[in-house]
Amino acid sequence: MAKFKKKTKTEENIPTSALPDIIFMLLFFFMVTTVLREQELLVEQKLPQATQLQKLEKKSLISYLYVGKPKNTSLYGTEPIIQANDVPITTNDILLWVNQEKDNLSEAERDQITISLKADRDVKMGPIADIQFELREADARKVLYASVGKTK
Amino acid sequence: MARKKNRMSQEVNAGSMADIAFLLLIFFLVTTTIASDKGITNILPPKQDPNVPPPDIKKNERNIFKILINSNDQLLVEDDFRDNTEGLDQDIKAFVLNFGNPNQENVDLYNSLPPSLKGISAKDPESSDHPNEAVVSIKTNRGTSYELYLEVLDLVKKAYFEIYAERVGLTADEYRALSSRDAAEKELMQRGKEDIPMAISIAEPDKTGGE
Repeated sequence: MAKFKKKTKTEENIPTSALPDIIFMLLFFFMVTTVLREQELLVEQKLPQATQLQKLEKKSLISYLYVGKPKNTSLYGTEPIIQANDVPITTNDILLWVNQEKDNLSEAERDQITISLKADRDVKMGPIADIQFELREADARKVLYASVGKTK
Repeated sequence: MARKKNRMSQEVNAGSMADIAFLLLIFFLVTTTIASDKGITNILPPKQDPNVPPPDIKKNERNIFKILINSNDQLLVEDDFRDNTEGLDQDIKAFVLNFGNPNQENVDLYNSLPPSLKGISAKDPESSDHPNEAVVSIKTNRGTSYELYLEVLDLVKKAYFEIYAERVGLTADEYRALSSRDAAEKELMQRGKEDIPMAISIAEPDKTGGE
């Protein structure tokens, strides 16, 4: 029966050398578009939804304030706390913190500092209003209420 | 020169390279978050000098669109009770473009508007005089939820952006995506905003209502 077994000359294996190229392309895409999380979040973060989102053009001008219920309730209690950089702060520290953040910017950009307020959607307006008041005191008046797009 | 028939395969085996690349890819997928620097921008009022008494603002009541939100997340819009925020953006648009008592400058502005926006204008003498005077005021309570506050602010922004976009013939999404870096886009932005300032006032919240 061996006579019927025709020896085919076609290659049996599929060339996969292009596969790494595709994967690398994806890899570079992710490397470029994403940033490594710089700090550990101490608070819960479920950003509220909104439709009229705007993008900020200069990332270097943004400083982040996280507001929400602490994750570690045994250490910080259940009331919403404010996190700046890596540490929880109180509203009284905001003035100092803003000035520190301003010092990191160049002279010309100092008054353009933008505070991205990443507040959890369950926070009440009380703490938010306190923060806004402190930001006015610190003359950091540009605020971005961070939110996610509405999915409807 | 006898050619060797059985030559070694010239292809390098690159199958494992894909594995390595996959590994890296998955690592980046897991460890990174896509930067979400999006949100609603707002500019807070300047701080008050304690030595200078607050300026006496003589604004006619009809030029202020008042939105009050209490700690039960109920709304009082222009002295009318509301359960939800539905239709609020349309009301604000109608308020801003009311042209109840325009001066010459604002008559020109009115005439420059596209017909779709002219249609909104009710010319009600009990509502705002003209867009330059109109202010939308949001007042919350300490117990108001942040989510609802942002939703209302979102709708106010929406109303203004829709007006701006309509003036330059774009959709609101397209208008918001304009960047001030591009000269042509910046010009469009300016043209949309011209003479209709986005006046949103956020009042200090009441002390009642708890945290």
